[in-house]
Amino acid sequence: MRDVAVIGVGCTEFGEHWGTSFRDLFVTAGTLALEDAGVSGEDIDALYVGNMSAGRFVEQEHIGALIADYAGLATNHIPSTRVEAACASGGLAFRQAVIAVASGMEDIVVAAGVEKMTDVGTGASVDMLASAADREWEGSAGATFPGLYAMIANDYMHRYPLTREQLAEVAVKNHENGSKNPIAQFRNRITVDTVLNSSMVADPLRLFDCSPITDGAAAVVVVALERAREFTDSPVRVLASAQASDTISLHDRRDISTLDASVVAGKRAFAQADLTHKDIDMLEVHDCFTIAEICAIEDLGFCKKGEAGRLTEEGVTALNGDLPVNTSGGLKACGHPVGATGIKQIYEVVTQLRGEAAGRQVDAELGMTHNVGGTGATVVVHILGV
Amino acid sequence: MSVPRFWRKIPQRYNLIGTQCTTCGQYFYPPRSLCPKCRRSGCIIDHRFIGEGTIVTYTVIRSASDQFENTTPYVLAIVELDEGPRLTAQVVCPPEEAKIGMRVKSVFRRVTADGESGTIHYGTKFVPVE
Repeated sequence: MRDVAVIGVGCTEFGEHWGTSFRDLFVTAGTLALEDAGVSGEDIDALYVGNMSAGRFVEQEHIGALIADYAGLATNHIPSTRVEAACASGGLAFRQAVIAVASGMEDIVVAAGVEKMTDVGTGASVDMLASAADREWEGSAGATFPGLYAMIANDYMHRYPLTREQLAEVAVKNHENGSKNPIAQFRNRITVDTVLNSSMVADPLRLFDCSPITDGAAAVVVVALERAREFTDSPVRVLASAQASDTISLHDRRDISTLDASVVAGKRAFAQADLTHKDIDMLEVHDCFTIAEICAIEDLGFCKKGEAGRLTEEGVTALNGDLPVNTSGGLKACGHPVGATGIKQIYEVVTQLRGEAAGRQVDAELGMTHNVGGTGATVVVHILGV
Repeated sequence: MSVPRFWRKIPQRYNLIGTQCTTCGQYFYPPRSLCPKCRRSGCIIDHRFIGEGTIVTYTVIRSASDQFENTTPYVLAIVELDEGPRLTAQVVCPPEEAKIGMRVKSVFRRVTADGESGTIHYGTKFVPVE
């Protein structure tokens, strides 16, 4: 297997892009990534696009071809493939690009993610997102996505010492980080009271425990490390790419409060990179809900079960803490265009490792990304380093 | 949910009929046609569950999809049936009365409907055991 590096990244602003179409979001992110990499369209060997549900959000399938076409690559006839794993689609698209390059099949590959969610109403969005769980046996009973994570939160709080205020601190910290990120959907600071006074969505999760509905796209350029220096003096190496699956339904899990797929993907990633937890300087984890960030930190092994709430409250995961988590603002504040999120996580880690994160810059040489599909039926973990 | 998709699982949804692997003895609800442990050496038969169980975890849905919006708030739970399997279902009780560890039993109820003139989806909900 060949070593792989990221040489360019691009991301649209995340938010409600009423005036911008699905394809234009992608073109913007792709153009930024190619400019950043110093690569031209003719250089690209293949394209992988992470997208959860264009079929239902914008009534368009055949996304691989559409994106290649509007990126000006259709007449080059490059292979273009859509990758879907619900909210982990982006992370999985990146992993497919890494595999394609590592295998020697391709030299220069673009991995992208895009989602256009605001062309439908909120009720329809909620229904679509619920299809990341089991439609026949969870959704049919009235399960929503916040509802499923709320059941994780209730199980967790029944068994471990996590206060409602500590859970709120996750959102407060991510909004603080988002306030320093020019692409974030929410750049406003909030307080614990903001969270605790927001409307209840699914007990105990309130509106400010939940990531928003977002339009956005992100793209990165992945190349064989041996060719990276042709394009840049600051390639970021991909040190591990791991993926794990679990039961589609939350009710079939071994443990409601542990995402076993996170545990397994994390262990596989550390083994691949031959690194330990203390080597990792920053984390971008899948905080679709505040409880999800708590579980992620623990399931990836950065602390014991039941400790992440206290660590968050003590500021360990803040920008100036020992282990900054979600410097981008996470899904909560940066936004969560589902198919694009996994690529945005790579974008954020690369930006940090290059020292280009300005007001939210942390001191980091190694970063980890953690992207979850559904309630943990797919987890993708990457380790990047300079 | 489309009419045929709902219709083909009516016995399972109405009467809490799942499956059992007679090779290893494990019960499945929702029903599985392949035993994850025995796989091809498993033998799957239908099994009707007694319908009693315990709430493993729950939530109160306050904001739902369009199809369920007119029934909010409702209690949604993961229930562990006494035979072992767990399923996701609504619990018919005041939201403040739902508790982890609460004993519940299954009842046949209307779950949702496809609009004013569409199919009514009946199925299994749970109620607290007195």
